[in-house]
Amino acid sequence: MDLQIALLLGQDGIVNGAIYALLALALVLVFAVTRVIFIPQGEFVAYGALTLASLQAGGTPGTLWLLLALGALVAAIDAPVIARQGGRRLAGLLGRQILYPLAVAALVLGAGPRDWPLALQVLLTLALVVPLGPQLYRLAYQPIAEAPVLILLIVSVALHLALVGLGLLFFGAEGSRTPAFSELSLDIGGLTVTGQSLWVVGASAVLIVALYVFFEKSLYGKALRATAINRAGARLMGISTTLAGKLSFLLAAAIGALSGILIAPITTIYYDTGFLVGLKGFVGAIVGGLASYPVAAAGALLVGLLESFSSFWASAFKEVIVFTLIIPVLVWRSLTTRHVEEEE
Amino acid sequence: MKTQHLLAAAVAAALAVPALADINVGVVVSATGPAASLGIPEKNTFALMPTSIGGEKINYIILDDATDTTTAVKNTRKLITEDKVDVIVGSSITPNSLAMVDVAAEAETPMISMAASAAIVDPVDAKRRWVFKTPQNDIQMSTAIVEHMINAGVKTVAFIGFADAYGEGWYREFSKIAEARKLAIVANERYNRSDTSVTGQVLKVMAAKPDAVLVAGAGTPAALPQKALKEKGYKGAYYQTHGVANKDFLRVCGKDCEGTFLPAGPVLVAAQLPADNPIKKVASDYVAKYEAAHGKGTTSTFGAHAWDAGLLLQNAVPAALKKAKPGSKEFRAALRDALEGLKNVTVSHGIVNMSAQDHLGFDQRARVMVRVENGDWKLIQ
Repeated sequence: MDLQIALLLGQDGIVNGAIYALLALALVLVFAVTRVIFIPQGEFVAYGALTLASLQAGGTPGTLWLLLALGALVAAIDAPVIARQGGRRLAGLLGRQILYPLAVAALVLGAGPRDWPLALQVLLTLALVVPLGPQLYRLAYQPIAEAPVLILLIVSVALHLALVGLGLLFFGAEGSRTPAFSELSLDIGGLTVTGQSLWVVGASAVLIVALYVFFEKSLYGKALRATAINRAGARLMGISTTLAGKLSFLLAAAIGALSGILIAPITTIYYDTGFLVGLKGFVGAIVGGLASYPVAAAGALLVGLLESFSSFWASAFKEVIVFTLIIPVLVWRSLTTRHVEEEE
Repeated sequence: MKTQHLLAAAVAAALAVPALADINVGVVVSATGPAASLGIPEKNTFALMPTSIGGEKINYIILDDATDTTTAVKNTRKLITEDKVDVIVGSSITPNSLAMVDVAAEAETPMISMAASAAIVDPVDAKRRWVFKTPQNDIQMSTAIVEHMINAGVKTVAFIGFADAYGEGWYREFSKIAEARKLAIVANERYNRSDTSVTGQVLKVMAAKPDAVLVAGAGTPAALPQKALKEKGYKGAYYQTHGVANKDFLRVCGKDCEGTFLPAGPVLVAAQLPADNPIKKVASDYVAKYEAAHGKGTTSTFGAHAWDAGLLLQNAVPAALKKAKPGSKEFRAALRDALEGLKNVTVSHGIVNMSAQDHLGFDQRARVMVRVENGDWKLIQ
């Protein structure tokens, strides 16, 4: 192994690690705010990538029907309660859950997004996939928001299986790729850097900075942080934990879908690709103890690099090596941190 | 369309109190899970099969095993004990089929597998005398590849395959023949179907400077190493296995797969076969039927394996009917004997000559070499 190969592997590891880092951040965010270990995080990666591919192929992505169905369901459940709170709130609910999905449907079916520029297609994909996050929170998690972590985890597993099944139904068993954001290819001292890998790393960096600013400066971000630190205390200060949950799922869905869109030109995405990608993000998040954002991001980068180098040295054992990383990390964490019983 | 089939299968399964003397065919396919790209066309194919053979009505009872070995065995037991099937067809992949062999043999029910490994029917022992299969053995396909490589002047070859039974099986067969033909394997790498990057493996392959690379993967995931090799500027020859023989592979791989060689069943290039080839008529017939139902360019060689299982039954059932009534132990034994006695049956993948030692019955007419040209398969001689 010479320097050239090491550089190539390093570059590959950083590009993959950037995606894992994004997913790790989303997992930490969701866990901190809602105590949900969000296993379906990976499904948003697959849904984002495959929805975009489906739009580009001139098809109607199945996620559209999911958006319409979940919207109708949420509206049907919430309308009786909201109606008592006044007409304006009811109008808001119907606008979000009925009119918005219909408007997106009109765009997908009527406006011919096949011929749109890539940027608009990406926006439409996000408009399709991202609202699924809060909708799923409303339907699956909000009714049991106070349940123990284990029950929330069981619901996550169920949701993951349901979403993978729907993915197979929507997109079929075969994978898809999308065209690259840029055809750029730089040659830096014998190392070829593609435009797409710059996009991935750049977009990840921008997102991470944006998340930092969001949490530090904005009111909503502070509300999320408060909920993460102490749910009961936050509620006493007038922060709606329901809103915090929905907001964190919105962010998680957005991060997932965007990650999918970013890696779809680099690799083939299948309806079940998301799970493994999400799992590697999860390993990163575990390194950070599901609590620290910077350590989770660093852990995810480490996973990416480890994966890339182990695929060079011992390709048959790559997954073994990557997932075995979790054991020393857990041992180290359980030795260094004092265990606090968190269940109330 | 798909939901209709599922519904039909569900209804058929629910109403499985078969009228006496109907022939019941129990089908196990992997229509969901990792092998869904094999199982779905297979499942679709059963809907196109004749509903009666030799004047007897045929019921196809289709169950999905979700690419899970335990479920495949459970389904097989259910078909045998509850639906009293006369024959089992399935499953789509080797591990499931191997597990089903025991169940079928125990109940003395003939079984036709749609999975590739030779181990399913070889050697024909007390259990495997009940088991037949339709896909070509890996060894037949490996021989074709090695032969093509030798003729093309390839001296060194790198192997990159799935880190599962498919890749392992291919490496075993391929390395055996390559060694015998003095072809040096200079790299042996593995990757996972769901991997998002194969940079490490590709760099290692390129460092070994092989004349050719063989990618042993199935379906669209097999495109990943080839695209990575092209991107890194590998200039040698590319070979793929017959596992990639569907349109989705071409769609995903695009122009990076131009000029790739692979062995395949003749049904893949049915229209290009010479007119005097007897397989042409049977294969074209299947392609026409499948595409009429599912649209142009949708046929895959996997669905054709299911079709061939149907053809074997259509040839064997009339002989068995002469000896016993369907639904009985005697009929199942007679059907087994009839399947073993099949001679010169033309199916979409080749010409079948079964014997007591050979429950596959294919010869070299069951494979052709194909090259990817202008985004389509091209038959080469």
